[in-house]
Amino acid sequence: MNLTEKEVRHVARLARLAISSTELSEATQALGRVLDYIDLLNELNTDAVPPTTHVEAIETVWRQDRVVPSLSPEAATANGPQVSSQMFVVPKILDRGEE
Amino acid sequence: MTNQYEVVIGLEVHVELKTQTKLFCGCANAFGQDPNSQTCPVCLGLPGVLPVLNGEAVALAARAALALHCTVNSYSKFDRKQYFYPDLPKAYQISQYDQPLAENGHVTIQPSDGKRDIGIERIHMEEDAGKLNHLGQRLEDAEGSLVDLNRAGVPLIEIVSRPEMHSPEEARQYLVELRTILSYLDISDLRMEEGSMRCDANISLRPLDYTGSLADLPRVEIKNVNSFRNVQRSIEFEISRQRQLLQTGQRIVKETRGFDDASGSTYSQRSKEEANDYRYFPEPDLPPLVLSETWLQNQREALPQLPDELRQHLAQRGVAERDVEVLVQDLNLYHYWSQVVELVPDVRLVTNWLLSDYSRLMNAKGLNFATPQVSADGLASLLTLITSGTLSGKMAKEVLEAMFETGETAEAVVKRLGLSQITDRNAIKEIVSAVVAANPAVVQDFLSGKEKALTFLVGQVMKQTKGQAKPDLVNALLREVLAAYA
Repeated sequence: MNLTEKEVRHVARLARLAISSTELSEATQALGRVLDYIDLLNELNTDAVPPTTHVEAIETVWRQDRVVPSLSPEAATANGPQVSSQMFVVPKILDRGEE
Repeated sequence: MTNQYEVVIGLEVHVELKTQTKLFCGCANAFGQDPNSQTCPVCLGLPGVLPVLNGEAVALAARAALALHCTVNSYSKFDRKQYFYPDLPKAYQISQYDQPLAENGHVTIQPSDGKRDIGIERIHMEEDAGKLNHLGQRLEDAEGSLVDLNRAGVPLIEIVSRPEMHSPEEARQYLVELRTILSYLDISDLRMEEGSMRCDANISLRPLDYTGSLADLPRVEIKNVNSFRNVQRSIEFEISRQRQLLQTGQRIVKETRGFDDASGSTYSQRSKEEANDYRYFPEPDLPPLVLSETWLQNQREALPQLPDELRQHLAQRGVAERDVEVLVQDLNLYHYWSQVVELVPDVRLVTNWLLSDYSRLMNAKGLNFATPQVSADGLASLLTLITSGTLSGKMAKEVLEAMFETGETAEAVVKRLGLSQITDRNAIKEIVSAVVAANPAVVQDFLSGKEKALTFLVGQVMKQTKGQAKPDLVNALLREVLAAYA
């Protein structure tokens, strides 16, 4: 499948991957081959198969609204590279995310 | 190109659901707790965990959808919305994309040109993000941030309106009615200042000669404004900013803007043109949500009386339109009102007293009807003293004020202040005759046609009875006695 280097650069940016120009052409080819392989699925006739969104034939699994104990704040933040007042410290945020 | 524009506003409202636990784990859903004291591997986004849906959150969401006249889909699914932000530990939010829980509802507003339905496009469920405490005044100046994940995973519904509002006032009305309906359902705290209700506004100006699709117009989204008043202010500002740009031949950029309370203006946060690429895909960790008709029927039956039903009911009881709205907007007040009306069936009397004197005293004390100062029984017995003629309206006001201050019953205040209206015809007639006899000149004035002279005589009688005579009775008796002089 023909991917453009522009598309790959875009995807890399979305995934916050730094990619050099030599890596870019390599990645474009490699990703194209992956997509070619996945494309094999299109050889199957799925006209009679209903669309599905989940690999298992299950539906509607839910639980009761009952509180279970949480971790302690110390345990919760134990893996944080920097912690202050029981909170994770993150550097200055430049670009606004979305909710 | 025309200089005439139609304002087009669409609102996205996020509402936190009042469940015991989070949407996908058993951590407590409670506001204002110690930072990171309500987290677990699921809502921290640690590897190797699986989310499990909270059934109660689905029930509350479905009730909201039904109350807003939506169709609840029997089949919906969850999707991953991917973006990087420090309040989102998994780097994706579990939301619903192309198959949301509910669609096609409406909220009725009443602008000056008549009632109108504002369409609701969809209602979907999703998890809330954590909370960032910025070290600095505004996000833009922050040196860094502290992340508290207690809120991460709290169940939310997002209610997306159609772009069918055309003024800041219509947007305000939509929000007020939406909040009123949701407050009846008791599914959320709905506190904008605490973030349990949040509003984003999409605003564009459509040139009147524009025939293309609305979606192609440059649209500005104002995010997370923290009060209804500020939603209105931010929309007002944005309309004039966009109008000015257009009138000076400039282009409106599709972007996300924030609102600065102090200056009343919006400011650019991020250009939307490049950033909106969430790569939604079906959440593999959650099976589809299939709701049976029986389950839905149970939710329908769990719905309480809704504002529109209450409006109808109150109108039938003979409550004036303006008063209906006051009662509908405050359920505690309405419950109090119905208790009093149960005891004193004079709807007009009860409504007038409750909405004027009683409310004034409550406001003066900074109280609301969740904790009424005088019980419904207490107010009812006071009003009964009016209907029986024991107290005049003026006396009753005095008694009510005393009841507020001392907590005494109406009867006790009446007794202590010696305040009962004299309704004894003979007793009053005796005083009337004495007053007439003592004021021959005034009587002559009256007899020669000066109606005003009567007011003076009524005043004299009221003075002698310390205001306790029934005024209409005094009037009638005076005329009766004076007729004998003519």
